[in-house]
Amino acid sequence: MSVYAKPLSADIVSRTDNTMVLSMGPQHPSTHGVLQIVLEIDSENVVKADPEIGYLHTGIEKTAEGLFWTQAQTAIERMDYLAPESNSLCYALAVERLLGITDRIPPRAQVVRVLIAELTRIASHCVWLGTHGIDLGAISVFFYCFDLRENILDFQEAAGGARMHPNYVRIGGLNGDLPDGSLPRLDALIAKFPGRMRELRGLLQANPIFQDRTIDVGYLSPDDAIQYGVTGPSLRGSGVAYDVRRAYPYCGYETYDFDVPTRVEGDAYARFLVRLDEMEQSMRIVEQARRRLDTPGPVMIDDTKVALPPKETIALSMEALIHHFKVISEGFRVPPGDVYQSVEGPRGELGYYIVSNGDNRPYRVRTRPPSLYNLQALKCIAPGNLIADLVVMIGSLDPVFGEVDR
Amino acid sequence: MPWWVIVLIKSAILLFVVITSFAYAMLVERKILGWMQMRPGPNRVGPWGLLQPAADAAKLLLKEDLTPETADPLLYKLAPFISLVTAFAVYAIIPFGASPSGAPWAIGNVNAGILLILAITSIGIYGICLGGWASGSKYPLLGSVRSTAQMISYELAMGFSLIGVLILAGTTSLDGIVHAQTRLWFFIPQFIGFVIYITTAVAETNRAPFDLVEAETELVAGFHTEYSGLRFGLFFIAEYVNMLTVSCLAALLFFGGWNAPFGWTAIPGVAWFVIKVAFFMFFYMWLRATLPRLRYDRLMSFGWKVLIPLATLNLVFTAIVVAYKG
Repeated sequence: MSVYAKPLSADIVSRTDNTMVLSMGPQHPSTHGVLQIVLEIDSENVVKADPEIGYLHTGIEKTAEGLFWTQAQTAIERMDYLAPESNSLCYALAVERLLGITDRIPPRAQVVRVLIAELTRIASHCVWLGTHGIDLGAISVFFYCFDLRENILDFQEAAGGARMHPNYVRIGGLNGDLPDGSLPRLDALIAKFPGRMRELRGLLQANPIFQDRTIDVGYLSPDDAIQYGVTGPSLRGSGVAYDVRRAYPYCGYETYDFDVPTRVEGDAYARFLVRLDEMEQSMRIVEQARRRLDTPGPVMIDDTKVALPPKETIALSMEALIHHFKVISEGFRVPPGDVYQSVEGPRGELGYYIVSNGDNRPYRVRTRPPSLYNLQALKCIAPGNLIADLVVMIGSLDPVFGEVDR
Repeated sequence: MPWWVIVLIKSAILLFVVITSFAYAMLVERKILGWMQMRPGPNRVGPWGLLQPAADAAKLLLKEDLTPETADPLLYKLAPFISLVTAFAVYAIIPFGASPSGAPWAIGNVNAGILLILAITSIGIYGICLGGWASGSKYPLLGSVRSTAQMISYELAMGFSLIGVLILAGTTSLDGIVHAQTRLWFFIPQFIGFVIYITTAVAETNRAPFDLVEAETELVAGFHTEYSGLRFGLFFIAEYVNMLTVSCLAALLFFGGWNAPFGWTAIPGVAWFVIKVAFFMFFYMWLRATLPRLRYDRLMSFGWKVLIPLATLNLVFTAIVVAYKG
């Protein structure tokens, strides 16, 4: 007996019909990372498709168990590398619930968290739109999207110190306030956004070739979507208006005014439109958050058991020095218990189930990555279509393999 | 001098011109794509990136020439040459201008010029079909199947769209067709034919948005997935030379060849010809930067259900008008 599980594709590879087996990926240019789909094809028609995942398994969940509560966040951010701050926000919210400090997070920190989460969503959708365009052969869209994304990453870099994985959202608040000059930068971004969106819509939305390629391709019925656990824009493209920000608000989302874009067509074009509308709704939230940022305030919880004491007090206060030393050298302990917290990531419901046994390290960090569940729907929608459509379907489900394989 | 020496000299000059234009067409395409995509394009090798083609050529020459184990070695090695030779052979009969006495500047002035060009370019597709099939690999096979289907659907419509021009000009000689456009360029009376030709020419050269044969995001690299080094380079050259060819034909058949517009004869005819060809080349690059790719079955039905009936109608209409006017 082999200790390895039989690969999903085994029955495709060993079949004897008059069809061809085609391995699409993991190095195929449009499988968005390292997805392998083993296809059974009849000329170019897909008879059966089996996604094989696991090529990017990095053991992030296990790694997190060996790190302090705060350190684990740096590893967790790297799961969904296109929306790192959604991951760390969700993790921070979960740990804060275990610590019982959810109500003590300063309001300004909540506003900046919302701001960063929504900017991350736009940046992530920019990558999705750009690569979706490239999958379909519209190569220029990619660069216009990345130009917009670059502005957001610049903002993130100014705030957190890194473009991709700033680790800006921390347990208890934020790693420092927004630096001077970030608000004008944000205003410039808000001003630039509508024009860029018009261009992007102009290039693709009304393009007859694009419509021909996406309308009625990859139809996902609402029942199937729910059954496969599909969430996020892919679910809302099938007409189910489920959004964690509405259903289980966090960070004060209930105080923001935004719509949850929904389409009933359930095809790739519907998912495309939902994501574009979502980018605009995110910008609406960003604008509202921007207005709330004019009032200054603390951005980190005032609890030196969890947060580092202010730097200037360390040289003057014995206790501050001790707290600083304790938090740095052994972190903090979290009361035993378990908690499930979810946020609306760019790809859907991103959840963390976290178990603590009272130690200064998490006992278990279990992720619910939206991409993994969304990708399963591919098996249901792929058969009977052409290879060219398969590329569109993968693009329209928008998987990120950092979080699928973890 | 014996006639064959003159032909050899002419061929050598022409080869040099075509290869140089290919190299710089490629550079210009990358520059234009760069500007359309808010980036500078190649600018590291030489001033303004002017030595980029030389660097690319050197790189391709130094790459290892791989042959897959499953490939049919003879056909696999032969296929790029079929593509390249046919791509260049067309230039033997394309005239670039006329001397004051009226003699065309071409290696050979063939009476059936346009038919010969269609015949030669049709052979060129064999390079792609055989190359993909002989690779003994799945993605290239799909690419070559696509190329066969695409060729059948498009060459017909292309041929039909050109017959209108032949009826108007009353000759199949390219030189004669250009002379017939001294007063009126054929893209005005043959507008439908012109649009069909431009569309099918994109499919003929396997360029975006009809680049289904390569379709990077679907078939990895299509028919040339397994090719490396210089053999890949030959396919690459053939693609650009074909692009030049269809642009030359568009200029000759529909845009009056070397005839100057509005009587602006201060600029020599050859320069006008080059300007017109450059315009069409730019048009193809622009298309590539803008449009998504069609799906392969849609392309086929577009060819059979739209282009061929339209081209036939255009042909019948032209024939009736010409017959009626005498």
